[in-house]
Amino acid sequence: MIRAVATAITPPTPISVSGPRVARADYATIGSWVADSAHVLDLGCGDGALLDYLAAQRRASGYGIEIDDAGVLASVRNGINVIQSDLERGLAGFDDAAFDVVILSQTLQAMRRVEAIVAEMLRVGREAIVTFPNFGHWSHRLQILRGRMPVSTSLPYQWYDTPNIHLCTVKDFDAFLGARGYRILDRVILAKGRPARFAPNLTGELAIYRFRKK
Amino acid sequence: MPSFSATTADADSVATPDRSVGPVLPQTAHFNAPLPLACGRALPQYDLAYETYGTLDASRSNAVLICHALNASHHVAGFYADDPDNVGWWDNMVGPGKPLDTERFFVVGVNNLGSCFGSTGPVSTNPGTGQPWGSDFPLLTVEDWVDAQAQLADRLGIGQWAAVMGGSLGGMQALDWAIRYPARIRNALVIAAAPNLSAENIAFNEIARQAIMTDPEFHDGNFHAYDVKPRRGLRVARMIGHITYLSDEQMEAKFGRQLREGLKFSFAPEFQIESYLRYQGEKFAEYYDANAYLRVTKALDYFDPATRTGGDLARALASATCRFLVVSFTTDWRFPASRSREIVKALVRERRDVSYAEIAAPHGHDAFLLDNPQYHAVVRTWFERMATEIGVGGVIADGIA
Repeated sequence: MIRAVATAITPPTPISVSGPRVARADYATIGSWVADSAHVLDLGCGDGALLDYLAAQRRASGYGIEIDDAGVLASVRNGINVIQSDLERGLAGFDDAAFDVVILSQTLQAMRRVEAIVAEMLRVGREAIVTFPNFGHWSHRLQILRGRMPVSTSLPYQWYDTPNIHLCTVKDFDAFLGARGYRILDRVILAKGRPARFAPNLTGELAIYRFRKK
Repeated sequence: MPSFSATTADADSVATPDRSVGPVLPQTAHFNAPLPLACGRALPQYDLAYETYGTLDASRSNAVLICHALNASHHVAGFYADDPDNVGWWDNMVGPGKPLDTERFFVVGVNNLGSCFGSTGPVSTNPGTGQPWGSDFPLLTVEDWVDAQAQLADRLGIGQWAAVMGGSLGGMQALDWAIRYPARIRNALVIAAAPNLSAENIAFNEIARQAIMTDPEFHDGNFHAYDVKPRRGLRVARMIGHITYLSDEQMEAKFGRQLREGLKFSFAPEFQIESYLRYQGEKFAEYYDANAYLRVTKALDYFDPATRTGGDLARALASATCRFLVVSFTTDWRFPASRSREIVKALVRERRDVSYAEIAAPHGHDAFLLDNPQYHAVVRTWFERMATEIGVGGVIADGIA
């Protein structure tokens, strides 16, 4: 029973940030990697919760990019600087090295042009932070062994309605960065909201990377 | 000092349409001090026609200036008691409970100098000659307009606008306020605008001007003396302008190849689009002044704040300190989204507070005047945040929060 496997993964414990909004599990890790007063670009910012979190925790400034009308409206409501744009068109609106850090939080796996956006992130930012659901998690592997496409808390879609078109494992992403000569500065793989202690590619649900050009 | 309560006339005397500011009264402010102009001349004295809606709060912090585009006026919202069909040009945006809520904000609409709706312009009397200014009226710039608007702000006792807002050419005025009067503006709403005109934009303006100036009844701009108007020129000018306000998509949907009464093999209007453009042209030629139109198109052509900083728009915007909301519309080809993105890019380079909404709308440039749920929601949300910050109306002022 696939559903049983899926529900076996408990959702990460929400962290309460600035009122009713709830931070995702990766926010605390991202926040610990962002320097005070950093200038940040958040790609696919949704309602701006991460930028709001970083402004509160790190006095960070910057902008969010969001394509979705509802996200843009929510960001405006939350007082976030939001720029409506399609990430697939690149970051032409931004200068080289304009930001201390460029963040792509749980969006990479849904992008068509993964290589292009990662290159763009490292053009406009000194560092990049990328988070993605780890396809290598044991529950995903188990579901495939049983002959079905995985459905889980971190990948809550069916094969036919998923926006996720470029799923990868922790090992895949290590290889991807290595092949392009990018240097990993930090890597945390979260399992149930905490860093995975052993076999992260098997037990980790959410991968968080910080990297730069060599 | 004038009273700052709304110019809204006796609201109970006329049936008020839903969420309208109701019947309004235009006012005129007269200025005796000369206004120096970019062209080197000065207007010795001038009038500014304006309307206000809502109430200026005690701290004078809730005033919003609306800047108009090409051929609009100070009549932004509401209607005239003796002419109830004359509804303000941005009535869907401004009013009680509307995106710019007149129950929270004190809204000022002003007619720009050089126009023909009550502010000093070519149809006004030149005090030096006792005759209409006509062709002798100076060519004005966006900066001249904004300088005059600043005089009106002084007159109304408004040291700092909560926001200056405008679409198209109005957005350019908001941009200029942000650049040259940074201490006097907290928010700039720059809608369907551009940082300057493209060669194509100028080309369209030049066709419009040529249509007017080659009309035999133009008389070098002194047509008043002959008691005529260059109507044919104005009609063509408006027709060409009007095409640029619409989208191909919208024109196709609205008119397509529809015929009025079948093909007649004549040059009478056969297609619906021909008939529509002729109607728009006729209407415009009756109410608009040719000299005013020539000048307002020139003000558009001249606008380019980056000329003061060697072509660098970001440096031109470096003086701005307000927050910006930039809005564009996907099918606008007069001032396409790419032009708004230039403004955003420059502001991002200067690390200014800016949000940018690119509204999916089929209506071309005209979309900024039309109802669109996302567009109006973004503007509404922007003003709601402002209202919360300055504590007018809404949850905070009501003590619920």
